[in-house]
Amino acid sequence: MATKLKVDGKEIEVPDHFTLLQACEEAGAEIPRFCFHERLSVAGNCRMCLIEVKGGPPKPTASCAMGVRDIRGGPNGELPEIFTTTPMVKKAREGVMEFLLINHPLDCPICDQGGECDLQDQAMAFGIDSSRYGENKRAVEDKYIGPLVKTVMNRCIHCTRCVRFTTEVGGISELGLIGRGEDAEITTYLEQAMTSELQGNVVDLCPVGALTSKPFAFTARPWELGKTESIDVMDAVGSAIRVDTRGREVMRIMPRVNEQVNEEWISDKTRFIWDGLKTQRLDRPYVRKDGRLQPASWAEAFAAVKTAVSAASNDKIGAIAGDLASVEEMYALKQLLTSLGSENLDCRQDGTALDPSLGRSSYLFNPTIEGIEQAGALLIIGANPRLEAAVLNARIRKRFRRGNFPIGVIGEVNELRYAYDYLGAGPETLADLASGVNSFAEKLRGAKNPMIIVGQGALSRPDGLAVLQAAAQLAGSVGALTEEWNGFAVLHTAASRVGGLDLGFVPGAKGADAATMLRSMDVLFLLGADEMNFSAKYAKTTIYIGSHGDNGAMNADIILPGAAYTEKSGTWVNTEGRVQMGNRAGFAPGEAREEWAILRALSDVLGKKLPFDSLHALRAKLYQDHPHFAEIDEIAVGSVNDVAALGQKAGEMTKGGFASPIKDFYLTNPIARSSAVMAECSALARNNFQAAAE
Amino acid sequence: MLKDQDRIFTNIYGLKDKSLKGAMSRGHWDGTKIIIEKGRDWIINEMKASGLRGRGGAGFPTGLKWSFMPKENDGRPHYLVVNADESEPGTCKDREILRNDPHTLIEGCVIAGFAMGAHTAFIYVRGEYMREREALQAAIDECYAAGLLGKNTVHGWDYDIVVHHGAGAYICGEETALLESLEGKKGQPRMKPPFPANMGLYGCPTTVNNVESISVAPTILRRGASWFSSIGRANNVGTKLFMVSGHVERPCTFEEAMGLSFREIIEHHCGGIRGGWDNLLAVIPGGASCPIVRGEDMADAIMDFDGMREVKSSFGTGGMIVMDKSTDVIKAIWRIAAFFKHESCGQCTPCREGTGWMMRLMERMVRGNAQKREIDMLFQVTKQVEGHTICALGDAAAWPIQGLIRNFRPEIEARIDQYTYNATSEGAVMEAAE
Repeated sequence: MATKLKVDGKEIEVPDHFTLLQACEEAGAEIPRFCFHERLSVAGNCRMCLIEVKGGPPKPTASCAMGVRDIRGGPNGELPEIFTTTPMVKKAREGVMEFLLINHPLDCPICDQGGECDLQDQAMAFGIDSSRYGENKRAVEDKYIGPLVKTVMNRCIHCTRCVRFTTEVGGISELGLIGRGEDAEITTYLEQAMTSELQGNVVDLCPVGALTSKPFAFTARPWELGKTESIDVMDAVGSAIRVDTRGREVMRIMPRVNEQVNEEWISDKTRFIWDGLKTQRLDRPYVRKDGRLQPASWAEAFAAVKTAVSAASNDKIGAIAGDLASVEEMYALKQLLTSLGSENLDCRQDGTALDPSLGRSSYLFNPTIEGIEQAGALLIIGANPRLEAAVLNARIRKRFRRGNFPIGVIGEVNELRYAYDYLGAGPETLADLASGVNSFAEKLRGAKNPMIIVGQGALSRPDGLAVLQAAAQLAGSVGALTEEWNGFAVLHTAASRVGGLDLGFVPGAKGADAATMLRSMDVLFLLGADEMNFSAKYAKTTIYIGSHGDNGAMNADIILPGAAYTEKSGTWVNTEGRVQMGNRAGFAPGEAREEWAILRALSDVLGKKLPFDSLHALRAKLYQDHPHFAEIDEIAVGSVNDVAALGQKAGEMTKGGFASPIKDFYLTNPIARSSAVMAECSALARNNFQAAAE
Repeated sequence: MLKDQDRIFTNIYGLKDKSLKGAMSRGHWDGTKIIIEKGRDWIINEMKASGLRGRGGAGFPTGLKWSFMPKENDGRPHYLVVNADESEPGTCKDREILRNDPHTLIEGCVIAGFAMGAHTAFIYVRGEYMREREALQAAIDECYAAGLLGKNTVHGWDYDIVVHHGAGAYICGEETALLESLEGKKGQPRMKPPFPANMGLYGCPTTVNNVESISVAPTILRRGASWFSSIGRANNVGTKLFMVSGHVERPCTFEEAMGLSFREIIEHHCGGIRGGWDNLLAVIPGGASCPIVRGEDMADAIMDFDGMREVKSSFGTGGMIVMDKSTDVIKAIWRIAAFFKHESCGQCTPCREGTGWMMRLMERMVRGNAQKREIDMLFQVTKQVEGHTICALGDAAAWPIQGLIRNFRPEIEARIDQYTYNATSEGAVMEAAE
């Protein structure tokens, strides 16, 4: 249904559910606002969006809260009419702006919001030029609300966006407005840190400088930053980000809007990781001599690699790709290993049972993140989406808030930010669901578009394949696998994983998997692989290619310094199978180089020169071999039949509960472990956990 | 003057038996079943015909309000909410009903609830009204015991009344803030639309009425709409509880017909103005939020909705605050500004920021420490608060100051002149030059 109305004399037609504010925007009229936000509930409290409604009461109306159907036309069938430029509206805006400013401090020169402040911009556009306020301004004490968000509460204009975000999207009730009248204050009540993994978003939401980024405080002005649009690699969601740099230094990371993936939210790890990009960096090659890693030149390092490779037999050379690797460098590494005659490749450090031979849809989040909103019921098996994919979890909560959405969990009992039925700990419960002993299967079956999320906690165990098959079988039996709706969703935790599986970066017919390689190879390439148990390592020569001095580098014999994700252009495939390209925002430090270039140079030294001299040539070859990588931002949909076929087979599941692989949200990768901010958050989260247990 | 047989509240001073038996002996709960049997439409039409206007201050026709409730039940329960959060300074009528004549209210709740299809009423009692709540609860308990409330009642309409005790915030007397508070949330007004008749308490159709509006309904229906509408002037009919406080000989609460002049009321009930009519300075006619009126304008004005509009004020709740010439009228209005600043909920910008600004300006005007141009500025500020807020508290805070500036500008200017004169004469206090 559509409604017709006139905005400033211009006739437009808008959908019935539109508010007047949306209708005005549709007509091209700009409406100032502070409290209104598209993704939050309507508060209507800033009063900045006042407009005039013809025939209405003789006072302006808040356009954000009034629907187009709530206004009436004239008695003779005239269209309803609203005005945004009349003297009444102008006066009302000036009045509200004056009220907002009387108690707002004049500290713009030292305010981090300066240059991207809604209040500044709108005061310029809609305010009056001078102040009539002669009394003392209100002083409000700053609150401690955590290590990530800095507060300067004098500046607060009480729009309550932050309260609505944390309550509605974040699912926590830790931030609120206390007191009343002039003395109303935003606080976490007892001044404790917020516990949400999405709390950093309040910095973006705050229209003034009351909530700003604590790590970014006083470091740069927005207008002096270079802005590069890129893709996040902290988890497998692949959030759209903007990397802000000054010179070669990453100053901060901000979200970009991508409705299909992250809407406009990013997790705290994504946002505040950047100080980890500056510490523990590998900025020159190292070679182990006399038991110690010694600085070396590239030539020395390559020579050492050559010596080791030529001494080893083909089947004793292996390569493991880590969680942050881009498709390009994995492709180059695979080409190199193939040319050396080795089939020992693996991109699954955690030993997950996923395999490209089972079909692409067997390892994708098939319903897509946006598709969560269409789901009618959800079963989570062995995953903690809140920690494994915080932004995706917000999407589940968004669906949950609409109601009529039963959620069942098999695995650990965790606070997920929404209510769920806890069904059980492990494979036994999964079997119960399949056999109908557990009635939650009926809820799945009864729902339109049932959805099953399988996490790495259920798959990276010896019986992972059997669990995957059982989950696929359950999906088939509850009607989650149809031509229109594929509700089988594998939730990854590593940004590189789907890309690696797409490339076939897995052991060949005679090849060894990651765990075996660690025990038995003579020469082992680690492409940023740090998340393994290196105490079992045997390899004579371990070559680490990566950006940070972490577990992998500690256990390496030769270190080839690489670039972090902000320092290279690369392709990553998110858990949905969406191919996305990140861009280079700065250069790697010292002698560090992009990984594909290192591998290309190394191949020359090893006498197996790879057939590309530039990233462009590499991609051309990559797209030739795997055409779907060329479809940026698209998903090559897997066949639903592959999941169905997977469910036909059955393996033997063992006992023991599923446990999420992510024990500490803030320390999941080498960059995060190098970050002081993440370390502080981690310590805080641990202490909260301990406090809760007591 | 109202005749004794036309009084609705026959025990307003608590001199007679307050119990159910006593109330019944005075005619309450008489024929409730017959009224209910006449049906929903008859009750609403009769209420509309009676011309009763809401007694909470805004004067919205009560019958019309009841008729907004959905006729068909869509599965959601309907609720009646009675606003007994009587916090307006100068207003003290509902407490007399609650503690002395509670059965008028309870019977009204049953009939009004029937008329809007509600089986439950919530009575939201002001936080400070401890004894009133106890008296009301005792009366309700009596009714449950007598089968007038609960299931299978004697009049045939199942009905429950829940008394909720507020926590003492003025804003919870605003109908949507009251609903929020009743739901257990922070008392902050909601945006309208949707109106409570569609989405009220717990998202269900709800009507919020003042205690007095509900309490008079049974008697109107018993005696007929024409009886009620024959009292007073057209559009301003019926009897009303008036309250007079301040500088009169005998401040009191009383029931009186609408449409009498201020002079008649004061002479008859209050023994006249302290020090005679010449000593009358100003009157706030309907509770603190109404604009102040100069004594000479007020003396012969008619005390009803239209009469008060003619003197650029409003009838409000009928709680008159009378001030004689010993009053510092600027300080009196400052006190009201301070009240509204204290009671602003802080939700929307103009009221949150504006009430404090207005109070501080008034504070300086009380001392005279201001510029004359600031009087105009103050007036403009009140105009920027008025009509720009979510609820009417912004308007309520603005009107008293507008009334003051309109009526007492010479006094304000004289105060400023006096201060300036003192500042330059011998008595001036030296301040360190900054």
